[in-house]
Amino acid sequence: MSRDTLIWRIAPPILRNAHRPQRIVERNAIVYRRTPMVFISGFFEPLFYLLSFRIGFGALIGDVEFAGMSIEYAKFVAPALMASSAMNGAVYDSTMNIYFKLRYSKTYDAMLASPLGAPDVAIGEILWAMLRGFIYSLSFLACLVVLGLAGSWWILAALPACLLIGLAFAAVGMALTTYMRSWADFDWVQTIMLPLFLFSATFYPLSAYGDFGWIVQLSPLYHGAALVRGASLGVATWGMLVHVLVLIVLAVVGLTVATRRIETLLLK
Amino acid sequence: MFVLRRIWKTNLTLSFLQPLLFFLGMGLGVGSLIDNRTSSADALGNISYAAFLGPGLLATTAMLTAAGESLWPVLGGFKWEGFYEAMAATRLTATQVVRGQFLWLAVRIGIAVGGVALVLVVHPDTRSFGIIPAIPAAMLCGLVFTAWITAWAASREYDTSFSNVQRLVVTPLFLFGGAFYPVDSLPDLLKPVAWVTPLWHGVELCRGFILQTLGFTECVLHLLVLVVWLIPGWVICNHLFAKRLYR
Amino acid sequence: MSDSPVILAHSLVKRFGSFEAVKGIDLEVSPGESFGFLGPNGAGKSSTMRMIAGVSPVTEGVLRIFGLDPAVAGSAIRNRLGVVPQADNLDGELTPLDNLVIYGRYFDIPRSECVERARELLEFVQLTDRSGGRVDALSGGMKRRLTIARGLMNRPEMLLLDEPTTGLDPQARHILWDRLYRLKQQGVTLVLTTHYMDEAEQLCDRLVVMDAGRIVAEGSPRDLITNYSTREVLELRFSAGQNAQHEAQLTGLGERLEVLADRVLVYTEDGESALREVHTRGMRPESSLVRRSSLEDVFLRLTGRSLAE
Repeated sequence: MSRDTLIWRIAPPILRNAHRPQRIVERNAIVYRRTPMVFISGFFEPLFYLLSFRIGFGALIGDVEFAGMSIEYAKFVAPALMASSAMNGAVYDSTMNIYFKLRYSKTYDAMLASPLGAPDVAIGEILWAMLRGFIYSLSFLACLVVLGLAGSWWILAALPACLLIGLAFAAVGMALTTYMRSWADFDWVQTIMLPLFLFSATFYPLSAYGDFGWIVQLSPLYHGAALVRGASLGVATWGMLVHVLVLIVLAVVGLTVATRRIETLLLK
Repeated sequence: MFVLRRIWKTNLTLSFLQPLLFFLGMGLGVGSLIDNRTSSADALGNISYAAFLGPGLLATTAMLTAAGESLWPVLGGFKWEGFYEAMAATRLTATQVVRGQFLWLAVRIGIAVGGVALVLVVHPDTRSFGIIPAIPAAMLCGLVFTAWITAWAASREYDTSFSNVQRLVVTPLFLFGGAFYPVDSLPDLLKPVAWVTPLWHGVELCRGFILQTLGFTECVLHLLVLVVWLIPGWVICNHLFAKRLYR
Repeated sequence: MSDSPVILAHSLVKRFGSFEAVKGIDLEVSPGESFGFLGPNGAGKSSTMRMIAGVSPVTEGVLRIFGLDPAVAGSAIRNRLGVVPQADNLDGELTPLDNLVIYGRYFDIPRSECVERARELLEFVQLTDRSGGRVDALSGGMKRRLTIARGLMNRPEMLLLDEPTTGLDPQARHILWDRLYRLKQQGVTLVLTTHYMDEAEQLCDRLVVMDAGRIVAEGSPRDLITNYSTREVLELRFSAGQNAQHEAQLTGLGERLEVLADRVLVYTEDGESALREVHTRGMRPESSLVRRSSLEDVFLRLTGRSLAE
């Protein structure tokens, strides 16, 4: 089976049966309808982080130089944290949760016995991860505004940027999950996420990395964080198109692999 | 225990790799933004940020490991895997099962803390013989969290509250427990809260040992607080396990 | 409904790597029929069922469900099928009612209709009082009934049941059989696998006996018994380890003898007179039993093995 035909097979269901992946979202929404606390507490987590950067690190670090401006450290870090939270949410949802459904609860076996197909399941789960991530992004945004860390109205552009981050990481996370053999493998997910979180120009500008800047640019989160930071500080450049493109490519590759793997795992 | 042998290699590598990355990113990276400001040096007590942060990581790692290993795995032991029942069906008493669980956690925490210790020994600012008492101190701090979080998990029927425990208890402690910056920079209202939490005492112990700034009375006080936290948690665990296994 | 077959298979093969699970079988199932696959574990029943359900690609041969090819029309076929898998894969994160409702939604049934139908089906499987609880809290029999209700959400033309009563206690089995019998009366085509003889005799109009990936016999339960067994069976138990010793002495007693580890079976038209003959020949079995032939005997005859193994 060549990749071309697979893309072709994914594409028509998107066009013809766009409502089908939506059923997966519907199912997950019913599950979470009964546990709203998860979303409420999702608001406090970014609040804690932002506060800690404002009162703790802010006092130690003061201002940083970025794009020719001198800005408060919390304002510099906040957008990157927002991007990281979009990443974390998407990865969490698309790894642990999906692994559980795939290997233990056999949720997908039941779905695949209905007219839904593997692409519907993959797209549906990724849509859900995006949606859930979006809700977290909204609460993050609210925190930013409450703490006065939002630079301008451009901050609203951070929302679609976070959606895109969520899409890319959910797709890649789901693809990786289909290869996992045990819960212990998830330690590796943490180990990959940690350097992404730490070294994506999250806590200090790209210039601080000196000659290693190119490594940082390999990180997908760097591209996401750059988009959100640009939005938050109201700085737009053409380079942002590259960031968008990187994330889209990741999403497409992840989705393709995830679909094919679900087929080989469950439709054998 | 066989579980450990299976994940031994991965676990050892990761427990060194993760703190190394964290230390590089936060200690040295963010540190570079901090160390060239004189006002910051005053706040930290004239030491590098790496030297300030590093020892605290022993205690935070112990807490995070304890939290990760005591929520889902404990409930899972009762509900999904049923291995506590299997243990209880042998001659083991609930107290012994709890002791076994704590011992197992001590091993896990020990591995994680050991990884951090290795990183600290590599960097000159945090290299010190103080690491020897600091490791058991961090483990003690981790066991306090083990006790309380295990108690919480053992008293739950479903795992719905677990992510909130992580978010609303563990995360704030992690951020505000004095590992990343002096508790003095917290608002006055929050300072006493931080002073009560076991994490702060763990962080202070580790930092004091490694930077060799800890006085005898302080050391005893910190240890005392940790023990005072640990004992009721342990007793509650015994009680809950007994209730759940022999109902 | 037309009379063209709902399942048509010709030289159907399923391979997993080098292992051949289904070795070229031919099948035809008509609408409204109640059809069974009988065989021990590993006979290829479940693999066949998964191919019919459109969730397992056919390796070789022809398979048509409702006249459609599962390779190209899988979704359309599944739209008209109800599936009750062997392992319960109910959604543990949802209530029993929501399990049914969301499953109906997978078939694009409008929400209000899903709720209405779900309530009807919960009534049908006698789970109305459990509709809002947790799936975990249901017993094995209740879970299986809920799974059947779920399989009926889309008003399927054909219901596929893989080992529907395996692992259930006798009472739960009888409740289930009763519900399945009612469905059959409503004209739903039932296709089930089982390794229980009594289940096959209760539920199936027609069945195939599978062994090691092949069909070894086909017919109604009655036909199979008539063709492959005698009217009655005399079961004899001798004291431990002596069954084989008595084989020679028993020769000529019935049409056929089977010496099993724990008992000797004598196939005969008249069990009572065979038993008298046993006593006349001076044998003293520890226990004896005369019974009617069952599918168990058919299977033993066809494969040389007992199904329960």
